[in-house]
Amino acid sequence: MDIDLPTVWAGIIAFAVLAYVVMDGFDLGIGILFPLFPEKEDRDVMMNSVAPVWDGNETWLVMGGGGLLAVFPLAYATILPALYAPLTVMLLALVFRGVAFEYRWRSDTGSRRWDVAFFGGSAVATFAQGIALGALVQGIAIEDRAYAGGWWDWLTPFSIATGLALLAGYALLGACWLVLKTEGGLHAAARKLAMRAGLATLAGMGVVSLWTPFLNPGYLDRWFGWPTIGFSLVVPLLVAGAAYGLWRGLTRGPDWLPFLAALGLFVLGFAGVGISFYPWIVPFALTIEEAAAPEESLVFLLWGSVVLLPMILGYTAYAYWVFRGKLRHGEGYH
Amino acid sequence: MFESFDAILLARIQFAFTIAFHIVFPAFTIGLASYLAVLLGLWLKTGRGVYLRLFDFWKTIFALSFGMGVVSGIVMSYQFGTNWSAFSDKAGPVIGPLMGYEVLTAFFLEAGFLGIMLFGREKVGRGLHFVATLMVAFGTLLSATWILAVNSWMQTPQGFAINEVGQFVPVDWWAVIFSPSFPYRLIHMVLAAFLTTALVVGAVAAWHKLRGRDWPEVHTMFTMAMGMILVVAPLQIFMGDLHGLNTLEHQPVKVMAMEGHFESHPNGAPLILFGFPDREAQTVHWSVEIPKLSSLILKHDLNAPLDGLDTVPRDLQPPVEIVFWSFRIMVALGFAMLGLGLWSLAAFLRGRLHDSRNLHRYALAMGPAGFVAVLAGWITTEVGRQPWTVYGHMLTADSASPISAAAVGASLVAFIIVYFAIFGTGVVYILRLMARLPEVDEDDLTDGPLRSAGITPGPARKESHHGH
Repeated sequence: MDIDLPTVWAGIIAFAVLAYVVMDGFDLGIGILFPLFPEKEDRDVMMNSVAPVWDGNETWLVMGGGGLLAVFPLAYATILPALYAPLTVMLLALVFRGVAFEYRWRSDTGSRRWDVAFFGGSAVATFAQGIALGALVQGIAIEDRAYAGGWWDWLTPFSIATGLALLAGYALLGACWLVLKTEGGLHAAARKLAMRAGLATLAGMGVVSLWTPFLNPGYLDRWFGWPTIGFSLVVPLLVAGAAYGLWRGLTRGPDWLPFLAALGLFVLGFAGVGISFYPWIVPFALTIEEAAAPEESLVFLLWGSVVLLPMILGYTAYAYWVFRGKLRHGEGYH
Repeated sequence: MFESFDAILLARIQFAFTIAFHIVFPAFTIGLASYLAVLLGLWLKTGRGVYLRLFDFWKTIFALSFGMGVVSGIVMSYQFGTNWSAFSDKAGPVIGPLMGYEVLTAFFLEAGFLGIMLFGREKVGRGLHFVATLMVAFGTLLSATWILAVNSWMQTPQGFAINEVGQFVPVDWWAVIFSPSFPYRLIHMVLAAFLTTALVVGAVAAWHKLRGRDWPEVHTMFTMAMGMILVVAPLQIFMGDLHGLNTLEHQPVKVMAMEGHFESHPNGAPLILFGFPDREAQTVHWSVEIPKLSSLILKHDLNAPLDGLDTVPRDLQPPVEIVFWSFRIMVALGFAMLGLGLWSLAAFLRGRLHDSRNLHRYALAMGPAGFVAVLAGWITTEVGRQPWTVYGHMLTADSASPISAAAVGASLVAFIIVYFAIFGTGVVYILRLMARLPEVDEDDLTDGPLRSAGITPGPARKESHHGH
């Protein structure tokens, strides 16, 4: 077979992770912004704006993890133990925020408590995801097909920086989603927050991008050697373009523009990680080729993905379409 | 050495704990999703408001249970990697794609249509809303299919080779998916889910009946639930027997543990009803036995020889005590369910289905029986296949991550605290929802069929709005 199956699969997994990041990103962002909206009515609208779709968004996380197990089992078996603590914290945080969607409406007196759980769960899950990303970028020790590092290896100043950057980024996505889905005072507040979160996101991306090449000579070579230096020049330009789109959208543009620009920022940041990584799946320790499952596994699941992923995207889009448009106070699904 | 054993034991406890918590929710929501689809279908067909009100009533309970199932399920999908990374590396090429198909065919389907099912009836129209509900129900069944395929392959593996780095490599996907125990396990589990839901629905109806709320909604719930139990309980016992025979063929050691047969019986084995298995002494203390019955059940021959655990090295024997008891609990509950179905039939034939208080008390008491039986069944099958993760090929002791006992222990404590707090609260909310009555539509007061049923007294009607 001529197709390079591991690379095709790396592309699909990367797509699943990106889909997760942008989709659960904005609904986690809603949670992160919760404390900035003390009015119950505002919070109701915020939550209702994502209630019908968050479950589908989070499914991409299972797709990313489950897909990794299926097609890159060795990567799954080494990355997950290395990220044991942040991933466990993330899962527990997702439990809190996931149930908050339902519990908040079922509790007669404790809705405040579930608001706190929603915020805390969203913020902690985001921070843990950012740390996990940072820990992966800085590298994982692997020996003899197993994780060979220590229990605290994931915790470094760099991983904390990526955690904070992701918090800003998800807050930006959440704020831009609210710009798109709300009106009135909530809408105006969301615009202001999106501007601030946008600045924080750009600062975070800048710090992480400038830091990465110093983590490992491999990154330095990748970003400033020929021919990849082309990316090093183009990616920041595109980021500047997306930043302009965000600013323009938040000052006088249409309500969909900020969200689109924020998505653009995430896609670019993600592409940056991709440029740094390829052809590694665990940087400088494990290549896509080495981690790949046997061809029989790759082919078997590829058939299903080729047929089913377009269908999934189709009905997911339909679900978003059904719940399109602005939400008003008092209007909701519960 | 001692430390690594500790870590494995803690990892096993953690997996058992998180998956036992998780399975409770699918066991309920698989049946409930189908029940909701049936209710909605009946409403669309007959136009009777009672079905729509029951749909709305159970829909909210479904949303809560489903949410808890989703979040506890996400934990499971990552725990293979965090705690069982050696297993993931080796068995990932076989079980990974099956779980991948579960995500692609089932999870996305459920999640994609759940929002429309819960919130979209007015937005998409009745037809599409019904389609969304069917998709959610279909998704839950597909999910069960794939996960049971994975589990069955681990119990009765086939269709694979082992490559140079020790990974299981699929050579025949058909054989992998349709491993020998798969059809039995799948049907046994789906029937268990339907029974679990029917028992809960029946108990909720019985609870309201015992409080004198004999309304059309309650009436319909009770009739449907008891009818379901009457049909499914005997089917399940029949299916369980077939599954047991299949296990005898492919995992005989597990059956020896279930039966408590430490000794081989060349001339027909007795059925041990009760007793206290002792793995140390390799015997069952104070056993109450019926001679030859085990051979009759398992081999359909009174004098058929049956091997015992004395043919198995000690370190390859499963923990007999646990399997022996969990199996008995499951079987006893299965017959108690059959009893409920038969009692209901008798009451129905005498025209007393809706006013036999003892029947209602029994139905209420049996409400949680499905959950207990499901847990007992899973304990039987999972503990019974120890010490293997992939039966006969990969030991549990060789499956764990290179993680310290302290790490696994700390996360175990965190899971226990969070799960009890979160899911405990959820169960309280669900019970509270169940204690309310299905929303009663004012229109029904002029609705012919309901009025003529003669069970809609005025004062009680008002009470239904209480608490909304």
